[in-house]
Amino acid sequence: MGSEEEKKVFDEEAASSLVKELRASFVNGKTRSFDWRVSQLKSMLKMIDKHETEIVAALRDDLSKPEHESTIYEIAMLRNSITLALKEIKHWIKPEKAIFFFQTVKTSLTTFPSSGEIVSEPLGVVLIISAWNYPFLLSLDPVVGAIAAGNALVLKPSEIAPATSSLLAKLVGEYMDFSSIRVVEGAVTETSALLEQKWDKIFYTGNGRVGRIVMAAAAKHLTPVLLELGGKSPVVVDSGINLQVSVRRIIAGKWGCNNGQACISPDYIITTKDYAPKLIDTLRNELEKFYGKNPLESKDFSRIVNSNHFTRLTKLLDEDKVSGKIVHGGERDKTNLKIAPTILLDVPRDSLIMSEEIFGPLLPILTVDKIEDSFGIINSGTKPLAAYLFTNNKKLRQQFVMNVSAGGLVVNDTTLHLAVHTLPFGGVGESGMGAYHGKFSFDAFSHKKAVLYRSFLGDAAVRYPPYTRGKLRLMKVLITGSIFSIICGLLGWSKV
Amino acid sequence: MRELEDGLAELRQTFKSGRTRNAAWRKNQLRALIQLIHDKEDKIFEALLQDLGKHPVESYRDEIGIIEKSAVNALNCLEKWMAPKKSRLPLLFFPAKGEVMSEPLGVVLIFASWNFPISLALDPVIGAIAAGNTVVLKPSEQAPECALFLAEFVPLYLDCKAIKVIGGGADVGEQLLQQKWDKIFFTGSPRVGRVVMSAAAKHLTPVTLELGGKCPVIVDTLSSPSDIKVTVKRVIGGKWGPCSGQACIGVDYVLVEEKFAPTVIDLLKKTIKKFYGDNPKDSKNICRIVNKHHFGRLHKLLKDPLVAASIIHGGSLDEEKLIIEPTILLNPPLDAEIMTEEIFGPLLPIITLNNIQESIEFINSRPKPLTIYAFTKDETLQRQIVSETSSGSVTFNDTMVQFACDELPFGGVGQSGFGRYHGKYSFDTFSHEKAILQRSFFPELEPRYPPWNDFKLKFIRFGYKYDYFNLLLLLMGLKK
Repeated sequence: MGSEEEKKVFDEEAASSLVKELRASFVNGKTRSFDWRVSQLKSMLKMIDKHETEIVAALRDDLSKPEHESTIYEIAMLRNSITLALKEIKHWIKPEKAIFFFQTVKTSLTTFPSSGEIVSEPLGVVLIISAWNYPFLLSLDPVVGAIAAGNALVLKPSEIAPATSSLLAKLVGEYMDFSSIRVVEGAVTETSALLEQKWDKIFYTGNGRVGRIVMAAAAKHLTPVLLELGGKSPVVVDSGINLQVSVRRIIAGKWGCNNGQACISPDYIITTKDYAPKLIDTLRNELEKFYGKNPLESKDFSRIVNSNHFTRLTKLLDEDKVSGKIVHGGERDKTNLKIAPTILLDVPRDSLIMSEEIFGPLLPILTVDKIEDSFGIINSGTKPLAAYLFTNNKKLRQQFVMNVSAGGLVVNDTTLHLAVHTLPFGGVGESGMGAYHGKFSFDAFSHKKAVLYRSFLGDAAVRYPPYTRGKLRLMKVLITGSIFSIICGLLGWSKV
Repeated sequence: MRELEDGLAELRQTFKSGRTRNAAWRKNQLRALIQLIHDKEDKIFEALLQDLGKHPVESYRDEIGIIEKSAVNALNCLEKWMAPKKSRLPLLFFPAKGEVMSEPLGVVLIFASWNFPISLALDPVIGAIAAGNTVVLKPSEQAPECALFLAEFVPLYLDCKAIKVIGGGADVGEQLLQQKWDKIFFTGSPRVGRVVMSAAAKHLTPVTLELGGKCPVIVDTLSSPSDIKVTVKRVIGGKWGPCSGQACIGVDYVLVEEKFAPTVIDLLKKTIKKFYGDNPKDSKNICRIVNKHHFGRLHKLLKDPLVAASIIHGGSLDEEKLIIEPTILLNPPLDAEIMTEEIFGPLLPIITLNNIQESIEFINSRPKPLTIYAFTKDETLQRQIVSETSSGSVTFNDTMVQFACDELPFGGVGQSGFGRYHGKYSFDTFSHEKAILQRSFFPELEPRYPPWNDFKLKFIRFGYKYDYFNLLLLLMGLKK
């Protein structure tokens, strides 16, 4: 069904007619029906269950992603997302009652008697642009939200993960409602064609440079956007902690997450000068336990996605002021696109590796005299998507929470908040805008419409001309006075 | 430009110092704002009279009263809003604590429009301050007396190192847009909204755009005379009451059944006379048009001969005083500018339909408005309107009042904008909701870590399904 259309060049005309088609479908009300949403989510679940092997194979093709990572981070998480949506959707679609509390009755006196509610409605036709590092999850997780909220959608997977992209196109074409859900494959040309169109929302996962392009394109049509970007997620490591557990969690979050190519991967560590040697030792030990003596041969982590990124990362390592700072690892295998887990100590703050998001298996450690100094370092950069702290010190923890601004914070662990559907997942500043996961996904693709029901009774003459001084007095009292003064005012006893 | 950059640097410094973070500072600023509008009420009345010919009752109702109510509400609710919200966590993550904490975005830019130059300037400022940000407020130069008022008195009452008023025209606006902000809040037209969002895109600055649209009033055929009377009063109150139709949620046009139209029109004419007298152009109870440019724009709408022919009431203008009397038109051509552009003035087209149901299709074939009004007792029609149309908001059996409701989010959708404010929504719009997960070191879950094996894979599968029973079996070696 879908593959023949892909052979033609997807240009602006194609994009325009695609949007028209989806809009017609949306206007017909198909996607708004509860049954449609549930059936699409169920189809998605079936799709994953029946094709898990193929998905794992595609991820291995694209990223050499270990089966276990694919299963945990891509498939299981997505399955969870869909199951949660299926379970909760009947609650999510219910209007929220707006309660007019008694203490605000006086401010609502001009609106009393009335009742209000907030109704969730789909935005319409949405565009989801996904990334290459978790190409399966980051494509379909937003789709779950869009469907649950009742929208029609176009998914544009990343061309940098081509096997997953084409698998998605095939599976979505087979399992999902073609009239309302489409996949458009391609690169810059196709994405630009899509971005020229008028969407009701654009959801983009990727980097800040393209994020700006997406938002600028959206601005032409006043389209709201949700941008899930990245940044340098720092890990502050205090002393007096369970170091082994901490290090394992850091390793799991760094090399265990697509070999550091994840938006919330620990990017760099800050610790005290005194503690650094112990930390580095423990890291070395645990890394060996996880990946063996020859990590380049380990099958337990992803490769670097392609030669562009491989070159980018080796350039970070080979910079003059940095190459001498390697304290562990540094080995590379260009043919297989592998770089060993590499730790660097005290690289200069103005080095390349400290100026951009690493997105790879390199872990710089910066040292400070006092652990509190780490907050200044973090805040001197742009706000990251996540920030981590390992400590048993309550005061330090409180300071961290209050003073470090990031999309999300985790204390004594890394990356886990991604899996908690009751926490909003999103960035701030350079790391993005908007959030999703769980109900936040539903909300991200909905318009929350305020509906106020008034009665014909209770008309206050004070609202209408001719305006008089008396009306002004009365109005003041109504809007801001206490119940007592309102009664006085209404009885003509106001001294205002 | 240099002065602007220095001012901005000062605001950044103030924010960095942490002063705006504590509740005491925020409350003091809100109290000071209330004091300002109490002390200078007469000056505000005077400025609004000069800029728009706005009567003090209208000024109080739509501007001063709104700010007072907003600020008092924010004062009362601030601690509740600032408190972190606990999030329930699945057992798998035990022991752990999850919460969402609101933190200020930083330095925010607020653009106010000219039609409610005090309330649309200060209401977002209340939200920004309550959320702990530092602020630049750019009032509209098209309401110059109000802009001057704000520039003069806000620094006297509020912390001038944290809240600045920068006046000026489009050139100042452009300069401001070149800077990097942590949030931009814009009230105005869709055309300028695009410019603001494009500028914001360069810095990945989130924006809230409160724009406009053609807000329709659906008037169903009503039987009770008192209901009809109330309806007409409220329609007038929603059209000429707020700034003579120059309001984003003002009534733009009426949809009514053909057989009911004469009743409505007749009562409209009578009630207009009651409210504004025999010579409404002389009435002090209605605003004038803000300036020559908008006067010319509105005049042009009426110049179209087919439109002019559809005028059934009013239509006279006073170019010198910039006054247009309340004007009603019956079925002007639907492709005339008066029916394709937001009117933003005292001209009320009435479009008749065979059946009131057609109003839904009519509205849906046009851009999504900021609000839809409907006067009807028919619950089926009410349900249809809510579920089959899309707009920022819907108000039944009244006009304008949703603006005063702190419990309802106020904002648009589609061409009428995105983002929302009022009440807690103001606080949220200027906050980042930061997710915080706190874990303990114990217990440890081995299966999280490589080297991978089948056991670990099974464990994680069950874990993700929160299938604790099977997890337990696995751990006890009872499951293969």
